[in-house]
Amino acid sequence: MRSVTKHRLFWPVATLVSLILINTVARSQFASITVRDGRLYGALIDILRQSAPLMLVSLGMTIVIATRGIDLSVGAVMAVSGAVALTIIDGSTDPSDPGVVMVAVVVAILASLLLGAWNGFLVSLLGIQPIIATLVLMLAGRGVALLITEGFITTVNSTPFEFISTGYLLLPFAFFIWVAAVAVVGLTERRTALGVLTEAVGINPEASRLAGVRSRGIIWSAYAASGVLAGIAGIIYASNIKAADANAAGQFIELYAILAVVLGGTSLMGGKFSLAGTVVGVLIIQTLESTMLFLGVPSAESPVFFAIVVVVVVIIQSPRLHRLARDVTNAARSRRTAEPSDAEVAG
Amino acid sequence: MTLLADTASAPIVEMRGITISFPGVLALDNVDFFLRPGEVHSIMGENGAGKSTLIKALTGVYAIDSGSIDVTGTSQVFRSTFDAEAAGISTVYQEINLCTNLSVGENVMLGHEPRKRGRIDWKAVHRLAAEHLDGLGISIDTRSLLSNHSIAVQQLVAISRAMVLDAKVLVLDEPTSSLDRGEVEQLFTVIRDLRARGAAIIFVSHFLDQVYEIADRVTVLRNGKLVGEYLAKDLPREELVTKMIGRQLDALEAISSTAARAIDRTDAPILKATGVGRRGVLEPADLDVFNGEIVGIAGLLGSGRTELVRLLYGADRADSGTIEVVGAPARMTSPRHAIDRRIAFSSEDRREEGIVADLTVAENIVLGIQARKGFRKIRREKQDSVVSEYMAALDVRPADPDMVAGNLSGGNQQKVLIARWLATAPELLILDEPTRGIDVGTKADLQRKVAELSEQGLSVIFISSELEEVLRLAQRIVVMRDRKSIGELDSRRFDLDGLIDFIANEGKGSAA
Repeated sequence: MRSVTKHRLFWPVATLVSLILINTVARSQFASITVRDGRLYGALIDILRQSAPLMLVSLGMTIVIATRGIDLSVGAVMAVSGAVALTIIDGSTDPSDPGVVMVAVVVAILASLLLGAWNGFLVSLLGIQPIIATLVLMLAGRGVALLITEGFITTVNSTPFEFISTGYLLLPFAFFIWVAAVAVVGLTERRTALGVLTEAVGINPEASRLAGVRSRGIIWSAYAASGVLAGIAGIIYASNIKAADANAAGQFIELYAILAVVLGGTSLMGGKFSLAGTVVGVLIIQTLESTMLFLGVPSAESPVFFAIVVVVVVIIQSPRLHRLARDVTNAARSRRTAEPSDAEVAG
Repeated sequence: MTLLADTASAPIVEMRGITISFPGVLALDNVDFFLRPGEVHSIMGENGAGKSTLIKALTGVYAIDSGSIDVTGTSQVFRSTFDAEAAGISTVYQEINLCTNLSVGENVMLGHEPRKRGRIDWKAVHRLAAEHLDGLGISIDTRSLLSNHSIAVQQLVAISRAMVLDAKVLVLDEPTSSLDRGEVEQLFTVIRDLRARGAAIIFVSHFLDQVYEIADRVTVLRNGKLVGEYLAKDLPREELVTKMIGRQLDALEAISSTAARAIDRTDAPILKATGVGRRGVLEPADLDVFNGEIVGIAGLLGSGRTELVRLLYGADRADSGTIEVVGAPARMTSPRHAIDRRIAFSSEDRREEGIVADLTVAENIVLGIQARKGFRKIRREKQDSVVSEYMAALDVRPADPDMVAGNLSGGNQQKVLIARWLATAPELLILDEPTRGIDVGTKADLQRKVAELSEQGLSVIFISSELEEVLRLAQRIVVMRDRKSIGELDSRRFDLDGLIDFIANEGKGSAA
């Protein structure tokens, strides 16, 4: 039992499960899943679908944070990626041609890779502090997106493009996208030495450099990966609203992503990271969002509600609280045994 | 076991039955420790014996699992270092915990700044800081940045900080490990003065000479258990070492000297540096190392020893000179260049530049080969065999490859670092202060290992502040002073006094 509670993921998973339980108790249909036309529907399925953008962004954020960095530009990258994709589709003769959509998606992802690489260049080669380096793009990126869409909110009607976010293959297509992303990132980090080298760079950059680790390349690749993942998130977002909205796309998502990473147990100090933890963290956030909708919390009040729950969750996970609880129980225990142990020492 | 009440004065600190365990390690097992006012008390033991743990229990860094701590007769539960400081216990750690980016005065008075109308009175801060420093016989500009001062001065600043806190108990954990002889004298003067004023001082050091010079009383730990408490004057040195290591000293004295070994210097040297320097850091210096040779670099702290080897390794960039590796010119602008040419460098700063604290021992050991190999992961079986081979060869304790490396004692971290480099099969190993802050037994192990490897053909550059060590191991010694190389000696023709004399006086007054 003790080893279960000691597990890194115990508290995040416990939080997620209790959130789902609370919802189910409040309204039992929360947990119900129905099958229609060979598709699964239900609140839980919605959570899986809606978490896709945040999931992708948070995966990238986890890797960047592991290198002792931070990527504030993810929301702006989402905006650029959406703008690029929609401009290409909108400018084509046949927006419903899957080939056109394919090209649009690939170009948008390449553009995001470029932006991520720019961040990586500023941080790893020029040595600019990550928060400043990515702040540049966070502020400038939306302007770039507006330039691409020429200041308009580009909208399209393209069935293949819409499929990305609303399509179904028994489960929502967007869910498969993030599962694939988790698998790819997870395998790259843990099946190769990239993960442990990333952690080494995050824990002690100078020791890693002297040990011959290519820390520059590792840091650079982390930002590039974060860019690509944010780009895919931007495509999903644009597909969902069928529009490229340079101002609304991925707004504040960097903050939610950082929150998801932290809820998942990865330290902002860098080093050891947990992708599984981040997955759980994102699901917690998304479940919480649904909870508010589900419980009918008015949208004006929802940030307050959200904040309260997050504070409670973070306090529950705090190691200091755990230590305090342990001290209290230990003190109670030692009071019971105090007399005999004193006698032993004296003898 | 002697539990001592053999002095007139009552103990100021009474620790009874202290037990602390970490995952997989019983760091302290029912240890008693008593400290009396007006004494200097040394805690002795090998690496991993529990000295640091005991100190950290007393200073509130670690919570104790069981046992009791009384300070001036009142029972205390330390939840943090703050609690311990409030109880009058101040600590100067092995690695100094000060803010190097603040001024000396700000550091001395940090958290205790005098105020005037609610605002910090900076004039008074610097005046009081200067008074405290004066009390310790140091006169430096309190407005200068702390990082501009030597480690020795920083140490004294840390001690004066303890004085500001009006500490009754002063804990000095390896205070002399990075000081030269004169600085140690200065520190001891301060310690004696504090003792005369009635302070109780815990002095932890690996230098037996220094312990016998300054300590009144000695508590010996071994493997987390109390061996006993003794008056320093009643405990002969050999007996102390025997108690610390649990075996006879003979084993240690059997370290053979490799200084006299003949080296074949006809082939191209493994490393040949000509005029390597960097403006403001090191004047151009020459150095060559032949196959199987141990070249010592001797000199005081700050003489340019570390700077020279960092340039050779590419950790810092040289702006002059050329380096040849086995006769071929080599560009050394990054550690990777050096590693590709089979040169390894173990830094003097284990914590900041060596160990990756949150990774396991195994991950730390394979880091070097993994970095060479790139992203393709080393196969599990291969990793296990490398790790167990080098952990056994260097006797890393505890022998748990999955332990977090940061939890190892300093000496064992050093062994892990050497294991990391040996695993990469280097041809030249640069060791910068590998034995600093390490106990007698481990030191002997490391020296033996270096001697053994060099006999098998490994070339070594060996830097140490302990000149006996350099004289015993190295065939040639490069002497440095004031950031330049002042000469090269054949160690067979020099004894300790001769070497000290050379370091101090060679070339003084002449144009060189």
